[in-house]
Amino acid sequence: MTARTARPMPGAGALRETGRLFALGLDVAVNIFKRPFQFREFIQQCWFIASVTILPTALVAIPFGAIVALQLGTLIVQLGAQSFTGAASVLAIIQQAAPLVTALLVAGAGGSAICADIGSRTIREEIDAMEVLGVSPIQRLIVPRVLAAMLVAVLLNGLVSVVGVMGGYFFNVVLQGGTPGAYLASFSALAQLPDLWISELKALIFGFIAGVVAAYRGLNPKGGPKGVGDAVNQSVVITFLLLFFVNFVLTAVYLQVVPAKGS
Amino acid sequence: MGAEVVIEGLTKSFGRQAIWRDVSLTLPPGEVSVMLGPSGTGKSVFLKSMIGLLKPDRGSCLINGVDIVTCSEQQLYETRKLFGVLFQDGALFGSMNLFDNVAFPLREHTRKSEAEIKRIVLEKLEMTGLQGAEKKLPGEISGGMRKRAGLARALVLDPQIILCDEPDSGLDPVRTAYLSQLLIDLNAQIDATILIVTHNINLARTVPDNLGMLFRKELVMFGPREVLLTSDEPVVEQFLNGRRLGPIGMSEEKDAATMAAEQAHAAAGHSDGSPEEDLRGIVPQIEPTPGLPERQAVRRRKDRVMRILHELPPAAQEGIIASLTPEEQRRYGVRAGAHAAGRPRVAVPSPTPRTGFSGSLADTDVANLPRTDWGSR
Repeated sequence: MTARTARPMPGAGALRETGRLFALGLDVAVNIFKRPFQFREFIQQCWFIASVTILPTALVAIPFGAIVALQLGTLIVQLGAQSFTGAASVLAIIQQAAPLVTALLVAGAGGSAICADIGSRTIREEIDAMEVLGVSPIQRLIVPRVLAAMLVAVLLNGLVSVVGVMGGYFFNVVLQGGTPGAYLASFSALAQLPDLWISELKALIFGFIAGVVAAYRGLNPKGGPKGVGDAVNQSVVITFLLLFFVNFVLTAVYLQVVPAKGS
Repeated sequence: MGAEVVIEGLTKSFGRQAIWRDVSLTLPPGEVSVMLGPSGTGKSVFLKSMIGLLKPDRGSCLINGVDIVTCSEQQLYETRKLFGVLFQDGALFGSMNLFDNVAFPLREHTRKSEAEIKRIVLEKLEMTGLQGAEKKLPGEISGGMRKRAGLARALVLDPQIILCDEPDSGLDPVRTAYLSQLLIDLNAQIDATILIVTHNINLARTVPDNLGMLFRKELVMFGPREVLLTSDEPVVEQFLNGRRLGPIGMSEEKDAATMAAEQAHAAAGHSDGSPEEDLRGIVPQIEPTPGLPERQAVRRRKDRVMRILHELPPAAQEGIIASLTPEEQRRYGVRAGAHAAGRPRVAVPSPTPRTGFSGSLADTDVANLPRTDWGSR
C-alpha cells in the first residue's frame, strides 16, 4: 500500500538489490561460524570448483605471463633497464594478474555453475522446502560454496603466480634473449613479501565476492527457467564489475599503506 | 493433538498488485481443512505466507502462540519444525535419492541411529506406496511419485500441521482417491491439523471437515464443510459445478458484457458441457480405513459445530442435523426438519450435553466439551 503514495525513486531498485546483496554477504559471514559445519558439501564444492577451473586457469596464466613479459620487455629495453625485467613482471603478475585471472575464472567457471545450481534449486522449490524443514539454506548450501570459492581462489592464485612467472621467464629468456641470471636475480630487487600477501588477500576477497554474488543471483531468479539463465549471466557480469572495482580500491589502499621497496 | 492456526487480517501484495486482503480464519486443531479457489487466486502464496516463506504486508498468523509474521528467525525455524509441507511438485532434493530425501529431516533434526532412520523412512515410503523406489533419483520417477515422496518426507517428523499444496495436481483420479484416503488415515493416526489447497472438487466434497474459498482477492467464506457445500453464493455454485456461467472468468474476473453474452448463449440452448445436476449438497465424508483408530477430530468438530449451529445458514443447519444419527440428534437436542416446520431458532444447541441424556454410549465415549472459546471466534 505504501507503493501507491509516491512514484518509486529512480535507482531505488538498484539500491535495494545492493542492500540485499550485502545482507546476504553478512548472513554468509555470520553463518560461517554456525555449527554443524557442512564438511561434506564443502569438500565436494572445493573439488568441483577446482576441477572446472584448474586447467583453464593454467592455460590462461601462460599467455598472460607471456604478454606481460613481452610488453614490459620491450618497454624496459627502451628505458634501458633490461636487468629489471624479472622484477617488473613478477610484480605485475603477482599483484595484479594472478588475483584477477583467478577471480575471473572462479567467477566465470565456478560462480556460474553455483548460480545455475542454486537457481534451479530455487525454482524447483527445493530451497523453500529446505527452509520449511527447518534447515537454513544459507548455512547448509551457500556457506560451503562461498568458502570453497575462497579456498580455491587462494590456491589457484598460487598456481597462476607460478605458471605466470614461469611463462614470463620462458618468453623473456628464450624469445627475447634476456639473461636467465638477471631475470632471477632481479626478482627480489623490487618485489617484497607483502606483495604476495596482498595477492592472496585479493584472491580471498574475490573468491568471497564471486561466491556471494553467484548465490545471491541464484536465490533470486526472476520468472522460471529463463530467469535462471539470465541470473547466471548477470551473476558473471556483476561479479566482474565488482571485482575490478574492488581490485582498484585494494590496490590504491595497498600502495598507500605499504611503501615501495627501497623508498 | 495438532496445533491450532489462527490467522487474522492477513494481507499480501506483490508491488501494487494485491493478492488477497484481510484473510481471517482459524484452523481448528486436529481437523482437516480445504482451501478452494480458482487458479491464480494466490492459494499457494497463502500457504507460503503461513509458513513464513513470504512476508505478508499486514496481519498475523499465530501458531501455538507464535506469530509467524513478526517472530525472530530463530523462532521461525523452531516453529517450522511443527510443519510438514507438501509442495506442488514435491520439491525433492534433486541430488539425493528418495531414501536420503525422506531421511533428510531426521538426519538434520534428530539424533536417531541410522537403523532407526531406515525403519522410519521405509515405513513412510511404504505408506505412500513407494516401496522399492528408495534408490531412485527424483529425476527418474513420475510426477505422481515425486508428489508422494514429498508427502513421505513431510511426514517423517510427525508434524502437528500438514500443509498440502495441490496434492491432486498431476495425479489420476484413482491415485487422488488413495491420497485422500491417506490424508484422512493420517489424521486419524496422528491427529494433525491439515490444510489442503486444491481445486479438485471431489476432494473438497469428501475429505475436509472445514472448507474455505478464496476469490477476488478475498476469503469468500471459511467454515464447516456443510456451509460451503450448501451455499447459494454464485461463485461457490459455479466453482463446485465447474460451469462457465457465473462470476469466475478465464482471467480471474469477468466483465458484465462477457457475462451477458454467456447468459445469452446459454439461453439460446448452447451447452457448455457442464453437468446438469448440481454438485452442491452434503456428501458423506471419507472415513479412516477400518482398523485404524477413530478420528478424534470428528467428535471435537461435531461439538464445535453444534455450538455455533445457530449462526450457520439454514441450509447448512439442516444438512448438519440430517447427517447426525437419531441418537446424536437427541443428545444435542435438535431434530431434522426443524426449519422446514418454520421454527428456525428452535434448533439452537445447548453448549453442553443435556442433563437428561441417556444413550447407549459408554461414559468414556461421551464427548467432553473442554474448550468453549470456539464458538466465540
